[in-house]
Amino acid sequence: MSIWEKMFALDRRWVFLVLVVALLVSLKIPFRVSVPISNEARSIHDFVDHLKPGDVIHLAMDYDPAAMAELQPMMLAVLKQCFEKDIKIVMTALHQYGPALAAATIDTAIARHEARTGVRKKSGIDYAYLGYQPYAILIILGMGQNYRIPFPRDYYGVPLDSLPMMAHIQNFRDVKAVLNISSTNATDFWIAYGNGRYGVPLAIGVTGVMTPEYYPYLQTGQIFGILGGLKGAAEYETLVGTPGPAVDGMKGQIVAHAVIILFIIIGNIGYFAVRRGKSARAT
Amino acid sequence: MDWGTTISTTIAALLTLAVFSFLYRDNPFYKIAEHLVVGVSAGYWMLILYHQTLKQKAIEKIFTDHQWWYVVPLVLGIMMLTRLVPKWSWVSRYPLAIVIGIGAGVAIPLEMKAKVIEQLNGTVDIVSQMHDPRSTLVTGINGVIVIAGIMTSLVYFFFSKEHKGATGFLARIGIAVLMVGFGASFGFTVMARVALLIQRLQFLIYDWLHWT
Repeated sequence: MSIWEKMFALDRRWVFLVLVVALLVSLKIPFRVSVPISNEARSIHDFVDHLKPGDVIHLAMDYDPAAMAELQPMMLAVLKQCFEKDIKIVMTALHQYGPALAAATIDTAIARHEARTGVRKKSGIDYAYLGYQPYAILIILGMGQNYRIPFPRDYYGVPLDSLPMMAHIQNFRDVKAVLNISSTNATDFWIAYGNGRYGVPLAIGVTGVMTPEYYPYLQTGQIFGILGGLKGAAEYETLVGTPGPAVDGMKGQIVAHAVIILFIIIGNIGYFAVRRGKSARAT
Repeated sequence: MDWGTTISTTIAALLTLAVFSFLYRDNPFYKIAEHLVVGVSAGYWMLILYHQTLKQKAIEKIFTDHQWWYVVPLVLGIMMLTRLVPKWSWVSRYPLAIVIGIGAGVAIPLEMKAKVIEQLNGTVDIVSQMHDPRSTLVTGINGVIVIAGIMTSLVYFFFSKEHKGATGFLARIGIAVLMVGFGASFGFTVMARVALLIQRLQFLIYDWLHWT
C-alpha cells in the first residue's frame, strides 16, 4: 500500500485520537481567542440592557443535559445580565428532561449573583420558575391566554396566585420578550405560536446544528436576535463581561477545526493521488 | 471537596470515558452507559409527568378541588392506553381523533403564517429594501444574491422541464447555492459536536482531575 493509499484509508480512530490530544493541549495552553460580536447577539444584549428594573422577561429553557455544553453558558450569561439589571424573570422548561436542570441552573445563577453582590434573588419575588408541562404547542398557547392555565403552580408546588411577582402578570402582554434557549423543536413552536399567534417579541439561543435553520426568521423579523451554538454563548459571555467556559472553548474550537481541515486535506490528497494512480495504470 | 461530590464526579467521569470508548469500538462499557441513560431518562420523565401533570391536572383537580369535569380528559387519556390491548385498540381512535383534529386546526393556519407567508413577505421585503433610497450598495448586492439564490434553487427543484440549456445552467447555480447552505450547516454541526467534546474534556480535566 502506497503512502497515498494509506492517507486515503486512514483509520478514523487516529483522527479521534489526534483531535482529543490537540484539544487537551489547547485547553492547557494559556492563550486567548478574540470573540467578535455579531449583530444578532448584540441585539439581544442591547434589548435586555435597555429594559428598566422591574420589567419582566420570559426565559424559555427548552434543553436537556445533552445540550448543556452549548446552551448552559448562554443561559447563565443571560441570567447574570437579568439579575444585575433587576429584571424579573418568568422561566419555563418545555423539554421533558430539562426541568431539574433548569432549577439547578437558576440556583447556580443565584449563588453566583449572591457571591458577586451579596444580594440573594428570591423565588416569587425576583423570578418565577414554572417548570414543565407536556405538549409545548398547547402550553405556549395556554400561556398566551394566562400563565395560570398550563401552570396553576410553579415548579416548587406554590400556587401562581400566591407569588408576589405574578400578581400583575397574566400572559405574554405582560412580558417584554421571550428568550428561548433551546435544543428542540420548541423553538419552531415559539416562533409559530408565541410570536405568530400572540406577537410576543422573540429571541432565540440554539445549538450549532440548529442555527442555520433559524436565520431566515431573523431576516423576516419573527425573531429579533439569535445566539448560535458555543460561538453565540461565547459572544454573550463577552458581552456581559464574564468570560467563562464558552470563551475558553473557543480555543478548542479553533484547534479542532484546524485539525479537521488538516485531515480533510490529507484525505483529499490521498483520494486524488489514488485516483490518478488508478487511471494511469488503466491507460 | 466533600466525599459525595467526589464520588458523584468520579461516576460521571467513568461514564463519560465509557461513552468515549465507543470511538474505539462497540464494547460492554459503552452498552452499560447507554442503557443507563435510557433507563434513567425514562424513569425521570415518568416522575415528572406524574407530579406535574397527572397529579396536578387530574388527581388533585378531581379529588381535592372536586372539579369533576376533569374526569373527561382523564377518561380520554385512559382510552388512549387501550392501544396496548389489540382487542380494544379501536377505542383509542376517539381520543386520537380529538387530538389530531385539535392539533391540525391549531397548527395549520399558524404554521402556514409563520413558515410560508412570513417567509414570502421577507423575500418580497428584500426587493422593497433594494428600492429604498436609503439602502446602500451592500444592501443592494445582498438583495440580488438572495433573490438570485432563491430563484435558482427553485429552478433546481422544478422537475417538469428537463434540466438542459438555460434551465440546466440555472439549476447548476441553484445546486451551488444549496451547497453553500449545506456547507454552513455542516460547519455549524462540526462546531456543535466539537463543543460537546470540549465540554466533556473540560469536565474531565478541571472537575474530575483538578488539573489546573
